Amino acid sequence: MKSRVGVMAVMGLCTIYFLAPIWWLFVGATKNNDQFTGTAPMWFADFHLVDNIRELVTYRDGVFLRWMLNSIAYTGGAALLGTVLAAMCGYALAKYRFRGRELLFNIVLSGVLVPATALALPLFLIFSKAGAANTFWAVFLPSLVNPFGVYLARIYAAASVPEELLEAARIDGSGEVRTFFTVSTRLMFPALVTIFLFHFVAVWNNFLLPLIMLSDERLFPVTLGLYTWNTQVNQVPELRGLVIVGALLSITPLVVAFLLLQRFWRNGLGAGAVK
Amino acid sequence: MKNRAVPIFVVPFGVLFIAFYLVPIGYAVVQSLYKVERSGTFGPVREVFGGLDQYQRVFQDGPFWASLGRVAAFGVVQVPVMLGIALILALLLDSGLVKGRRFFRLAFFVPYAIPGVIAAIMWGFLYSPNLSPLKPVTSAIDFLSADLVLWSIANVVTWVYVGYNMLIIYSALLAVPTEVYEAARMDGAGQFRIAWSIKIPLVLPAIVLTTVFSIIGTLQLLAEPQVFRSFSSAVTSTYTPNLTVYSTSSIPNFNLAAAFSVVLALTTFVLSFAFLKATQRRSAEQ
Repeated sequence: MKSRVGVMAVMGLCTIYFLAPIWWLFVGATKNNDQFTGTAPMWFADFHLVDNIRELVTYRDGVFLRWMLNSIAYTGGAALLGTVLAAMCGYALAKYRFRGRELLFNIVLSGVLVPATALALPLFLIFSKAGAANTFWAVFLPSLVNPFGVYLARIYAAASVPEELLEAARIDGSGEVRTFFTVSTRLMFPALVTIFLFHFVAVWNNFLLPLIMLSDERLFPVTLGLYTWNTQVNQVPELRGLVIVGALLSITPLVVAFLLLQRFWRNGLGAGAVK
Repeated sequence: MKNRAVPIFVVPFGVLFIAFYLVPIGYAVVQSLYKVERSGTFGPVREVFGGLDQYQRVFQDGPFWASLGRVAAFGVVQVPVMLGIALILALLLDSGLVKGRRFFRLAFFVPYAIPGVIAAIMWGFLYSPNLSPLKPVTSAIDFLSADLVLWSIANVVTWVYVGYNMLIIYSALLAVPTEVYEAARMDGAGQFRIAWSIKIPLVLPAIVLTTVFSIIGTLQLLAEPQVFRSFSSAVTSTYTPNLTVYSTSSIPNFNLAAAFSVVLALTTFVLSFAFLKATQRRSAEQ
Protein backbone atom coordinates (compact mmCIF):
# COMPACT_ATOMS: atom_id res chain seq x y z
CA MET A 1 0.00 0.00 0.00
CA LYS A 2 2.79 2.36 0.95
CA SER A 3 4.59 1.73 -2.32
CA ARG A 4 1.42 2.55 -4.27
CA VAL A 5 1.21 5.99 -2.62
CA GLY A 6 4.87 6.62 -3.38
CA VAL A 7 4.48 5.59 -7.00
CA MET A 8 1.43 7.78 -7.48
CA ALA A 9 3.34 10.72 -5.98
CA VAL A 10 6.13 10.22 -8.53
CA MET A 11 3.56 10.03 -11.32
CA GLY A 12 1.91 13.23 -10.10
CA LEU A 13 5.20 15.15 -9.93
CA CYS A 14 6.14 14.03 -13.43
CA THR A 15 2.73 15.07 -14.74
CA ILE A 16 3.32 18.56 -13.37
CA TYR A 17 6.78 18.69 -14.94
CA PHE A 18 5.54 17.63 -18.37
CA LEU A 19 2.28 19.58 -18.50
CA ALA A 20 2.96 22.79 -16.55
CA PRO A 21 4.95 24.47 -19.36
CA ILE A 22 2.10 23.79 -21.79
CA TRP A 23 -0.43 25.14 -19.29
CA TRP A 24 1.75 28.24 -18.88
CA LEU A 25 1.79 28.72 -22.67
CA PHE A 26 -1.99 28.42 -22.84
CA VAL A 27 -2.54 30.90 -20.00
CA GLY A 28 0.05 33.27 -21.47
CA ALA A 29 -1.67 33.19 -24.85
CA THR A 30 -4.88 34.53 -23.28
CA LYS A 31 -3.26 37.67 -21.89
CA ASN A 32 -2.44 41.03 -23.37
CA ASN A 33 1.10 42.40 -23.15
CA ASP A 34 0.65 44.23 -19.82
CA GLN A 35 -0.98 41.28 -18.13
CA PHE A 36 1.66 38.91 -19.44
CA THR A 37 4.29 40.59 -17.28
CA GLY A 38 2.02 42.02 -14.58
CA THR A 39 -0.24 39.13 -13.51
CA ALA A 40 0.30 35.67 -12.05
CA PRO A 41 1.86 33.59 -14.85
CA MET A 42 -0.01 30.36 -14.11
CA TRP A 43 -3.52 31.80 -13.92
CA PHE A 44 -5.85 33.74 -16.21
CA ALA A 45 -6.36 37.49 -16.16
CA ASP A 46 -8.89 38.91 -18.67
CA PHE A 47 -9.42 36.39 -21.43
CA HIS A 48 -7.89 37.92 -24.57
CA LEU A 49 -7.24 34.73 -26.53
CA VAL A 50 -9.60 35.57 -29.40
CA ASP A 51 -8.23 39.11 -29.75
CA ASN A 52 -4.69 37.77 -29.64
CA ILE A 53 -5.41 35.21 -32.34
CA ARG A 54 -7.04 37.89 -34.50
CA GLU A 55 -3.97 40.07 -34.12
CA LEU A 56 -1.69 37.15 -34.95
CA VAL A 57 -3.45 36.08 -38.13
CA THR A 58 -3.77 39.64 -39.47
CA TYR A 59 -0.20 40.69 -38.61
CA ARG A 60 1.75 41.53 -41.78
CA ASP A 61 -1.01 40.32 -44.16
CA GLY A 62 -1.52 37.03 -42.39
CA VAL A 63 2.00 35.69 -42.83
CA PHE A 64 1.48 33.37 -39.85
CA LEU A 65 -1.35 31.48 -41.57
CA ARG A 66 0.85 31.10 -44.60
CA TRP A 67 3.57 29.55 -42.41
CA MET A 68 1.05 27.12 -40.95
CA LEU A 69 -0.08 26.08 -44.43
CA ASN A 70 3.55 25.73 -45.53
CA SER A 71 4.27 23.47 -42.56
CA ILE A 72 1.28 21.29 -43.38
CA ALA A 73 2.38 21.05 -47.02
CA TYR A 74 6.04 20.31 -46.24
CA THR A 75 5.41 17.93 -43.39
CA GLY A 76 2.10 16.30 -44.27
CA GLY A 77 2.92 15.99 -47.96
CA ALA A 78 6.43 14.68 -47.48
CA ALA A 79 5.40 12.24 -44.75
CA LEU A 80 2.46 10.88 -46.76
CA LEU A 81 4.36 10.38 -50.00
CA GLY A 82 7.54 9.36 -48.18
CA THR A 83 5.69 6.66 -46.25
CA VAL A 84 4.33 5.12 -49.46
CA LEU A 85 7.81 5.12 -51.04
CA ALA A 86 9.46 3.65 -47.93
CA ALA A 87 6.72 1.04 -47.59
CA MET A 88 7.17 -0.10 -51.21
CA CYS A 89 10.92 -0.40 -50.87
CA GLY A 90 10.80 -2.13 -47.49
CA TYR A 91 8.12 -4.49 -48.75
CA ALA A 92 10.25 -5.50 -51.73
CA LEU A 93 13.21 -6.11 -49.41
CA ALA A 94 11.09 -8.37 -47.21
CA LYS A 95 9.09 -10.27 -49.81
CA TYR A 96 11.29 -10.77 -52.87
CA ARG A 97 14.67 -12.37 -53.34
CA PHE A 98 16.65 -10.43 -55.91
CA ARG A 99 20.26 -9.65 -56.68
CA GLY A 100 21.72 -6.81 -54.65
CA ARG A 101 19.03 -7.10 -51.99
CA GLU A 102 21.43 -7.31 -49.05
CA LEU A 103 23.60 -4.55 -50.48
CA LEU A 104 20.60 -2.28 -50.93
CA PHE A 105 19.40 -2.98 -47.41
CA ASN A 106 22.82 -2.29 -45.91
CA ILE A 107 23.19 0.99 -47.79
CA VAL A 108 19.74 2.10 -46.64
CA LEU A 109 20.52 1.03 -43.08
CA SER A 110 23.72 3.10 -43.12
CA GLY A 111 21.53 5.97 -44.24
CA VAL A 112 19.69 5.71 -40.90
CA LEU A 113 22.93 6.51 -39.10
CA VAL A 114 23.77 9.48 -41.33
CA PRO A 115 22.18 12.46 -39.62
CA ALA A 116 19.86 14.52 -41.80
CA THR A 117 21.55 17.72 -40.65
CA ALA A 118 24.82 16.63 -42.31
CA LEU A 119 22.98 16.71 -45.64
CA ALA A 120 21.54 20.20 -45.29
CA LEU A 121 24.61 22.13 -46.38
CA PRO A 122 25.52 20.04 -49.46
CA LEU A 123 21.83 20.01 -50.46
CA PHE A 124 21.86 23.79 -50.30
CA LEU A 125 24.96 23.96 -52.49
CA ILE A 126 23.44 21.58 -55.04
CA PHE A 127 20.09 23.39 -55.15
CA SER A 128 21.89 26.74 -55.45
CA LYS A 129 23.82 25.46 -58.45
CA ALA A 130 20.51 24.47 -60.01
CA GLY A 131 19.10 27.89 -59.15
CA ALA A 132 16.40 26.30 -56.98
CA ALA A 133 17.66 26.95 -53.46
CA ASN A 134 14.99 29.34 -52.28
CA THR A 135 11.95 27.32 -53.40
CA PHE A 136 9.29 25.03 -51.96
CA TRP A 137 10.84 21.99 -53.67
CA ALA A 138 14.25 22.57 -52.11
CA VAL A 139 12.77 21.70 -48.72
CA PHE A 140 10.05 19.31 -49.87
CA LEU A 141 11.98 16.90 -52.12
CA PRO A 142 14.84 16.04 -49.69
CA SER A 143 12.22 15.54 -46.96
CA LEU A 144 10.69 12.64 -48.87
CA VAL A 145 13.59 10.30 -48.14
CA ASN A 146 13.22 8.25 -44.96
CA PRO A 147 15.64 5.29 -44.67
CA PHE A 148 14.40 4.43 -41.18
CA GLY A 149 10.93 4.01 -42.69
CA VAL A 150 12.31 1.45 -45.15
CA TYR A 151 13.92 -0.42 -42.26
CA LEU A 152 10.66 -0.47 -40.28
CA ALA A 153 8.59 -1.36 -43.36
CA ARG A 154 10.81 -4.36 -43.99
CA ILE A 155 10.32 -5.63 -40.44
CA TYR A 156 6.56 -5.05 -40.52
CA ALA A 157 6.09 -6.58 -43.98
CA ALA A 158 8.01 -9.69 -42.95
CA ALA A 159 5.90 -9.98 -39.79
CA SER A 160 2.43 -9.15 -41.05
CA VAL A 161 2.12 -10.25 -44.69
CA PRO A 162 1.98 -14.07 -44.98
CA GLU A 163 3.61 -15.72 -48.04
CA GLU A 164 0.56 -17.95 -48.54
CA LEU A 165 -1.64 -14.93 -49.05
CA LEU A 166 0.65 -13.56 -51.75
CA GLU A 167 0.73 -16.97 -53.44
CA ALA A 168 -3.06 -17.11 -53.36
CA ALA A 169 -3.24 -13.64 -54.93
CA ARG A 170 -0.80 -14.75 -57.65
CA ILE A 171 -2.91 -17.82 -58.44
CA ASP A 172 -5.92 -15.53 -58.71
CA GLY A 173 -3.99 -13.60 -61.34
CA SER A 174 -3.49 -10.41 -59.36
CA GLY A 175 -0.37 -8.44 -60.36
CA GLU A 176 2.35 -7.89 -57.76
CA VAL A 177 1.84 -4.14 -57.56
CA ARG A 178 -1.92 -4.48 -57.32
CA THR A 179 -1.58 -7.07 -54.56
CA PHE A 180 0.66 -4.69 -52.66
CA PHE A 181 -1.80 -1.80 -52.80
CA THR A 182 -5.00 -3.79 -52.25
CA VAL A 183 -3.92 -6.57 -49.86
CA SER A 184 -0.52 -5.96 -48.30
CA THR A 185 -0.93 -2.30 -47.38
CA ARG A 186 -4.11 -3.21 -45.56
CA LEU A 187 -2.27 -5.77 -43.45
CA MET A 188 0.56 -3.34 -42.85
CA PHE A 189 -1.73 -0.39 -42.10
CA PRO A 190 -1.00 0.08 -38.35
CA ALA A 191 2.70 -0.13 -39.16
CA LEU A 192 2.33 2.39 -41.96
CA VAL A 193 0.72 4.86 -39.58
CA THR A 194 3.73 4.45 -37.28
CA ILE A 195 6.15 5.10 -40.15
CA PHE A 196 4.07 8.12 -41.14
CA LEU A 197 4.20 9.52 -37.60
CA PHE A 198 7.96 9.01 -37.31
CA HIS A 199 8.50 10.66 -40.66
CA PHE A 200 6.13 13.49 -39.82
CA VAL A 201 7.99 14.35 -36.63
CA ALA A 202 11.39 14.09 -38.33
CA VAL A 203 10.43 16.56 -41.07
CA TRP A 204 8.60 18.83 -38.62
CA ASN A 205 11.70 18.97 -36.44
CA ASN A 206 14.24 19.39 -39.25
CA PHE A 207 15.19 22.97 -38.62
CA LEU A 208 18.58 23.24 -40.32
CA LEU A 209 17.34 22.45 -43.84
CA PRO A 210 14.78 25.28 -44.12
CA LEU A 211 17.10 27.57 -42.14
CA ILE A 212 19.90 27.14 -44.67
CA MET A 213 17.71 26.76 -47.75
CA LEU A 214 15.09 29.49 -47.50
CA SER A 215 15.47 33.26 -47.51
CA ASP A 216 11.95 34.22 -48.65
CA GLU A 217 9.85 34.33 -45.48
CA ARG A 218 6.69 33.43 -47.42
CA LEU A 219 8.17 29.94 -47.89
CA PHE A 220 9.02 29.42 -44.19
CA PRO A 221 7.54 26.59 -42.16
CA VAL A 222 5.95 27.83 -38.95
CA THR A 223 8.92 26.78 -36.78
CA LEU A 224 11.33 28.92 -38.79
CA GLY A 225 8.85 31.79 -38.86
CA LEU A 226 8.36 31.83 -35.09
CA TYR A 227 12.11 31.46 -34.64
CA THR A 228 12.78 34.61 -36.69
CA TRP A 229 10.15 36.54 -34.74
CA ASN A 230 11.69 35.36 -31.49
CA THR A 231 15.11 36.66 -32.55
CA GLN A 232 13.52 40.11 -33.08
CA VAL A 233 11.71 40.29 -29.72
CA ASN A 234 14.38 42.53 -28.19
CA GLN A 235 13.96 45.13 -30.94
CA VAL A 236 10.20 44.73 -31.48
CA PRO A 237 8.69 43.94 -28.04
CA GLU A 238 5.11 43.48 -29.31
CA LEU A 239 6.31 40.38 -31.17
CA ARG A 240 6.62 38.57 -27.84
CA GLY A 241 2.86 38.23 -27.51
CA LEU A 242 2.60 37.01 -31.09
CA VAL A 243 5.32 34.42 -30.51
CA ILE A 244 3.43 33.05 -27.49
CA VAL A 245 0.07 32.83 -29.26
CA GLY A 246 1.74 31.52 -32.42
CA ALA A 247 3.55 28.81 -30.45
CA LEU A 248 0.24 27.72 -28.91
CA LEU A 249 -1.56 27.63 -32.26
CA SER A 250 1.30 25.81 -33.98
CA ILE A 251 1.39 22.95 -31.48
CA THR A 252 -2.36 22.48 -31.06
CA PRO A 253 -3.04 20.44 -34.24
CA LEU A 254 -0.03 18.25 -33.60
CA VAL A 255 -0.87 17.54 -29.97
CA VAL A 256 -4.43 16.62 -30.93
CA ALA A 257 -3.25 14.37 -33.77
CA PHE A 258 -0.78 12.67 -31.44
CA LEU A 259 -3.37 11.93 -28.81
CA LEU A 260 -5.75 10.50 -31.41
CA LEU A 261 -3.11 8.33 -33.10
CA GLN A 262 -1.44 7.30 -29.89
CA ARG A 263 -2.25 3.59 -30.06
CA PHE A 264 -0.37 3.33 -33.37
CA TRP A 265 2.77 4.61 -31.69
CA ARG A 266 2.56 1.94 -29.07
CA ASN A 267 1.89 -0.98 -31.40
CA GLY A 268 4.36 0.05 -34.05
CA LEU A 269 7.17 0.99 -31.68
CA GLY A 270 6.79 -2.31 -29.89
CA ALA A 271 7.29 -4.27 -33.08
CA GLY A 272 10.23 -2.11 -34.15
CA ALA A 273 12.08 -2.30 -30.87
CA VAL A 274 11.72 -5.98 -30.10
CA LYS A 275 13.19 -7.19 -33.36
CA MET B 1 8.68 -13.89 -62.94
CA LYS B 2 7.29 -12.26 -59.84
CA ASN B 3 10.61 -10.44 -59.43
CA ARG B 4 9.74 -8.32 -62.43
CA ALA B 5 7.82 -6.08 -60.03
CA VAL B 6 10.85 -5.38 -57.85
CA PRO B 7 12.06 -2.30 -59.79
CA ILE B 8 8.61 -0.73 -59.50
CA PHE B 9 8.84 -1.04 -55.71
CA VAL B 10 12.48 -0.10 -55.30
CA VAL B 11 13.26 2.50 -57.96
CA PRO B 12 11.11 5.43 -56.71
CA PHE B 13 12.71 5.37 -53.27
CA GLY B 14 16.09 4.46 -54.73
CA VAL B 15 16.21 7.44 -57.08
CA LEU B 16 15.33 9.89 -54.31
CA PHE B 17 17.76 8.22 -51.91
CA ILE B 18 20.58 8.59 -54.44
CA ALA B 19 19.63 12.15 -55.37
CA PHE B 20 19.08 13.53 -51.86
CA TYR B 21 21.28 11.28 -49.69
CA LEU B 22 24.19 9.77 -51.59
CA VAL B 23 24.84 12.62 -54.03
CA PRO B 24 24.89 15.29 -51.26
CA ILE B 25 27.29 13.17 -49.20
CA GLY B 26 29.56 12.79 -52.23
CA TYR B 27 29.22 16.47 -53.06
CA ALA B 28 30.13 17.47 -49.50
CA VAL B 29 33.27 15.34 -49.69
CA VAL B 30 34.24 16.87 -53.06
CA GLN B 31 33.56 20.42 -51.85
CA SER B 32 35.64 19.83 -48.75
CA LEU B 33 38.65 19.05 -50.96
CA TYR B 34 38.56 22.45 -52.65
CA LYS B 35 39.57 25.87 -51.47
CA VAL B 36 38.99 29.37 -52.66
CA GLU B 37 42.03 31.21 -53.89
CA ARG B 38 42.48 34.82 -54.79
CA SER B 39 45.24 35.89 -57.13
CA GLY B 40 46.59 39.05 -55.54
CA THR B 41 44.66 41.14 -53.00
CA PHE B 42 41.98 42.32 -55.44
CA GLY B 43 42.29 39.64 -58.08
CA PRO B 44 39.52 37.32 -59.21
CA VAL B 45 38.42 34.51 -56.90
CA ARG B 46 38.62 30.93 -58.10
CA GLU B 47 38.16 27.49 -56.63
CA VAL B 48 41.21 25.25 -56.72
CA PHE B 49 41.87 21.74 -55.52
CA GLY B 50 43.23 21.94 -52.01
CA GLY B 51 43.60 18.31 -51.03
CA LEU B 52 43.18 17.92 -47.30
CA ASP B 53 43.79 21.62 -46.53
CA GLN B 54 40.26 22.12 -45.20
CA TYR B 55 40.59 19.08 -42.95
CA GLN B 56 43.81 20.46 -41.58
CA ARG B 57 41.90 23.62 -40.72
CA VAL B 58 39.13 21.55 -39.13
CA PHE B 59 41.62 19.75 -36.92
CA GLN B 60 43.24 23.03 -35.89
CA ASP B 61 39.91 24.74 -35.25
CA GLY B 62 39.72 25.20 -31.48
CA PRO B 63 36.06 26.29 -31.26
CA PHE B 64 34.92 23.27 -33.30
CA TRP B 65 36.62 20.79 -30.97
CA ALA B 66 35.37 22.74 -27.99
CA SER B 67 31.85 22.38 -29.37
CA LEU B 68 32.34 18.63 -29.85
CA GLY B 69 33.58 18.42 -26.26
CA ARG B 70 30.52 20.37 -25.14
CA VAL B 71 28.03 18.02 -26.81
CA ALA B 72 30.04 15.06 -25.53
CA ALA B 73 29.67 16.34 -21.94
CA PHE B 74 26.02 17.01 -22.67
CA GLY B 75 25.53 13.47 -23.99
CA VAL B 76 27.37 11.75 -21.15
CA VAL B 77 25.07 13.40 -18.61
CA GLN B 78 21.80 14.03 -20.42
CA VAL B 79 21.37 10.73 -22.29
CA PRO B 80 21.67 8.46 -19.21
CA VAL B 81 19.49 10.80 -17.12
CA MET B 82 16.81 10.98 -19.80
CA LEU B 83 16.83 7.25 -20.53
CA GLY B 84 17.00 6.44 -16.82
CA ILE B 85 13.86 8.47 -16.14
CA ALA B 86 12.19 6.95 -19.21
CA LEU B 87 13.04 3.42 -18.02
CA ILE B 88 11.83 4.05 -14.47
CA LEU B 89 8.57 5.55 -15.68
CA ALA B 90 8.03 2.66 -18.12
CA LEU B 91 8.67 0.13 -15.33
CA LEU B 92 6.32 1.97 -12.96
CA LEU B 93 3.58 2.06 -15.60
CA ASP B 94 4.09 -1.66 -16.13
CA SER B 95 4.23 -2.53 -12.42
CA GLY B 96 0.48 -2.59 -11.79
CA LEU B 97 0.91 -0.04 -8.99
CA VAL B 98 -0.34 2.86 -11.09
CA LYS B 99 -3.98 3.82 -11.44
CA GLY B 100 -4.89 5.76 -14.59
CA ARG B 101 -2.05 4.39 -16.71
CA ARG B 102 -3.61 5.69 -19.92
CA PHE B 103 -3.69 9.24 -18.62
CA PHE B 104 -0.07 9.24 -17.44
CA ARG B 105 1.18 7.64 -20.63
CA LEU B 106 -0.46 10.40 -22.65
CA ALA B 107 0.60 13.19 -20.28
CA PHE B 108 4.27 12.19 -20.46
CA PHE B 109 4.15 11.79 -24.24
CA VAL B 110 2.58 15.16 -25.09
CA PRO B 111 5.85 17.17 -25.09
CA TYR B 112 7.14 15.00 -27.94
CA ALA B 113 4.53 16.66 -30.17
CA ILE B 114 6.25 20.00 -29.62
CA PRO B 115 9.04 20.82 -32.09
CA GLY B 116 12.46 21.61 -30.60
CA VAL B 117 12.28 25.24 -31.71
CA ILE B 118 8.94 25.84 -30.00
CA ALA B 119 9.96 23.93 -26.86
CA ALA B 120 13.14 26.01 -26.65
CA ILE B 121 11.18 29.27 -27.05
CA MET B 122 8.78 28.21 -24.26
CA TRP B 123 11.54 27.21 -21.86
CA GLY B 124 13.53 30.31 -22.76
CA PHE B 125 10.66 32.39 -21.40
CA LEU B 126 10.28 30.07 -18.39
CA TYR B 127 13.97 30.52 -17.51
CA SER B 128 13.97 34.28 -17.94
CA PRO B 129 14.20 36.10 -14.60
CA ASN B 130 11.25 38.48 -15.22
CA LEU B 131 8.60 36.35 -16.89
CA SER B 132 9.03 32.99 -15.24
CA PRO B 133 6.31 31.48 -13.06
CA LEU B 134 9.19 30.31 -10.87
CA LYS B 135 10.39 33.86 -10.24
CA PRO B 136 11.84 33.14 -6.76
CA VAL B 137 13.98 30.39 -8.31
CA THR B 138 14.97 32.16 -11.53
CA SER B 139 15.90 35.36 -9.74
CA ALA B 140 18.18 33.41 -7.39
CA ILE B 141 19.69 31.11 -10.02
CA ASP B 142 20.54 32.38 -13.50
CA PHE B 143 19.65 29.43 -15.74
CA LEU B 144 20.86 31.36 -18.77
CA SER B 145 24.36 32.03 -17.44
CA ALA B 146 27.46 30.64 -19.11
CA ASP B 147 27.84 27.98 -16.41
CA LEU B 148 24.29 26.68 -16.50
CA VAL B 149 22.86 27.28 -19.94
CA LEU B 150 24.10 23.95 -21.35
CA TRP B 151 22.16 22.13 -18.63
CA SER B 152 19.16 24.36 -19.14
CA ILE B 153 19.18 23.22 -22.76
CA ALA B 154 19.61 19.63 -21.54
CA ASN B 155 16.43 20.07 -19.53
CA VAL B 156 14.54 21.20 -22.66
CA VAL B 157 15.72 18.15 -24.61
CA THR B 158 14.89 15.86 -21.68
CA TRP B 159 11.45 17.40 -21.34
CA VAL B 160 10.67 16.74 -25.01
CA TYR B 161 12.08 13.23 -25.32
CA VAL B 162 11.50 11.38 -22.03
CA GLY B 163 7.93 10.43 -22.97
CA TYR B 164 8.95 9.21 -26.40
CA ASN B 165 11.71 6.99 -25.03
CA MET B 166 9.44 5.82 -22.24
CA LEU B 167 6.88 4.74 -24.81
CA ILE B 168 9.44 2.71 -26.79
CA ILE B 169 10.55 0.88 -23.63
CA TYR B 170 6.99 0.49 -22.36
CA SER B 171 5.88 -1.01 -25.70
CA ALA B 172 8.69 -3.53 -25.44
CA LEU B 173 7.55 -4.39 -21.87
CA LEU B 174 3.98 -4.91 -23.08
CA ALA B 175 5.24 -7.34 -25.72
CA VAL B 176 6.63 -9.65 -23.02
CA PRO B 177 4.14 -12.43 -22.20
CA THR B 178 2.98 -12.17 -18.56
CA GLU B 179 3.64 -15.87 -17.89
CA VAL B 180 7.31 -14.96 -17.76
CA TYR B 181 6.69 -12.93 -14.60
CA GLU B 182 4.18 -15.35 -13.09
CA ALA B 183 6.83 -17.99 -12.46
CA ALA B 184 9.11 -15.47 -10.76
CA ARG B 185 6.23 -14.17 -8.65
CA MET B 186 5.39 -17.74 -7.56
CA ASP B 187 9.00 -18.08 -6.45
CA GLY B 188 8.43 -15.05 -4.23
CA ALA B 189 10.33 -12.44 -6.23
CA GLY B 190 9.23 -8.86 -5.46
CA GLN B 191 8.42 -6.11 -7.99
CA PHE B 192 11.88 -4.64 -7.73
CA ARG B 193 13.60 -7.97 -8.23
CA ILE B 194 11.36 -8.83 -11.23
CA ALA B 195 12.08 -5.46 -12.80
CA TRP B 196 15.83 -5.77 -12.31
CA SER B 197 16.40 -9.42 -13.20
CA ILE B 198 13.69 -10.08 -15.77
CA LYS B 199 12.17 -6.97 -17.29
CA ILE B 200 15.27 -4.86 -17.89
CA PRO B 201 17.25 -7.63 -19.62
CA LEU B 202 14.22 -8.37 -21.81
CA VAL B 203 13.83 -4.78 -23.00
CA LEU B 204 17.55 -4.22 -23.53
CA PRO B 205 17.15 -4.07 -27.35
CA ALA B 206 14.69 -1.20 -26.92
CA ILE B 207 17.12 0.58 -24.60
CA VAL B 208 19.91 0.13 -27.15
CA LEU B 209 17.69 1.58 -29.88
CA THR B 210 16.80 4.63 -27.80
CA THR B 211 20.48 5.12 -26.88
CA VAL B 212 21.58 5.12 -30.52
CA PHE B 213 18.92 7.66 -31.45
CA SER B 214 19.91 9.79 -28.47
CA ILE B 215 23.61 9.73 -29.42
CA ILE B 216 22.76 10.81 -32.96
CA GLY B 217 20.39 13.49 -31.66
CA THR B 218 22.95 14.89 -29.22
CA LEU B 219 25.67 15.29 -31.84
CA GLN B 220 23.17 17.05 -34.10
CA LEU B 221 21.99 19.58 -31.50
CA LEU B 222 21.01 22.73 -33.34
CA ALA B 223 17.49 24.09 -32.95
CA GLU B 224 17.50 24.44 -29.15
CA PRO B 225 20.89 26.21 -28.81
CA GLN B 226 20.14 28.34 -31.88
CA VAL B 227 16.93 29.57 -30.20
CA PHE B 228 18.75 30.09 -26.89
CA ARG B 229 21.09 32.53 -28.59
CA SER B 230 18.23 35.05 -28.31
CA PHE B 231 17.94 34.42 -24.58
CA SER B 232 21.55 34.08 -23.51
CA SER B 233 24.73 35.65 -24.82
CA ALA B 234 26.63 32.64 -23.45
CA VAL B 235 25.45 30.56 -26.43
CA THR B 236 27.93 31.48 -29.15
CA SER B 237 27.69 30.95 -32.90
CA THR B 238 29.94 27.88 -32.53
CA TYR B 239 28.24 26.44 -29.44
CA THR B 240 27.53 23.03 -31.02
CA PRO B 241 29.12 21.36 -34.08
CA ASN B 242 26.04 21.98 -36.20
CA LEU B 243 25.98 25.64 -35.21
CA THR B 244 29.60 25.80 -36.39
CA VAL B 245 28.56 24.31 -39.74
CA TYR B 246 25.76 26.85 -40.05
CA SER B 247 27.79 29.89 -39.06
CA THR B 248 30.73 28.83 -41.27
CA SER B 249 28.40 28.46 -44.24
CA SER B 250 26.92 31.90 -43.58
CA ILE B 251 30.35 33.58 -43.77
CA PRO B 252 30.23 32.09 -46.48
CA ASN B 253 33.00 29.52 -46.47
CA PHE B 254 31.29 26.52 -48.02
CA ASN B 255 34.42 24.42 -48.42
CA LEU B 256 35.32 24.60 -44.76
CA ALA B 257 31.67 24.13 -43.75
CA ALA B 258 31.52 21.02 -45.95
CA ALA B 259 34.61 19.66 -44.21
CA PHE B 260 32.97 20.28 -40.81
CA SER B 261 29.86 18.47 -42.05
CA VAL B 262 31.85 15.48 -43.24
CA VAL B 263 33.79 15.19 -39.98
CA LEU B 264 30.59 15.50 -37.94
CA ALA B 265 28.71 12.93 -40.03
CA LEU B 266 31.63 10.49 -39.79
CA THR B 267 31.90 10.99 -36.03
CA THR B 268 28.17 10.36 -35.63
CA PHE B 269 28.22 7.33 -37.88
CA VAL B 270 31.25 5.76 -36.22
CA LEU B 271 29.98 6.38 -32.67
CA SER B 272 26.49 5.00 -33.23
CA PHE B 273 27.79 2.09 -35.28
CA ALA B 274 30.41 1.24 -32.64
CA PHE B 275 27.77 1.38 -29.92
CA LEU B 276 25.48 -0.94 -31.89
CA LYS B 277 28.28 -3.42 -32.55
CA ALA B 278 29.48 -3.35 -28.95
CA THR B 279 26.03 -4.08 -27.56
CA GLN B 280 25.40 -6.78 -30.15
CA ARG B 281 28.60 -8.55 -29.21
CA ARG B 282 27.71 -8.40 -25.53
CA SER B 283 24.25 -9.83 -26.06
CA ALA B 284 25.73 -12.56 -28.27
CA GLU B 285 28.12 -13.54 -25.47
CA GLN B 286 25.33 -13.86 -22.93
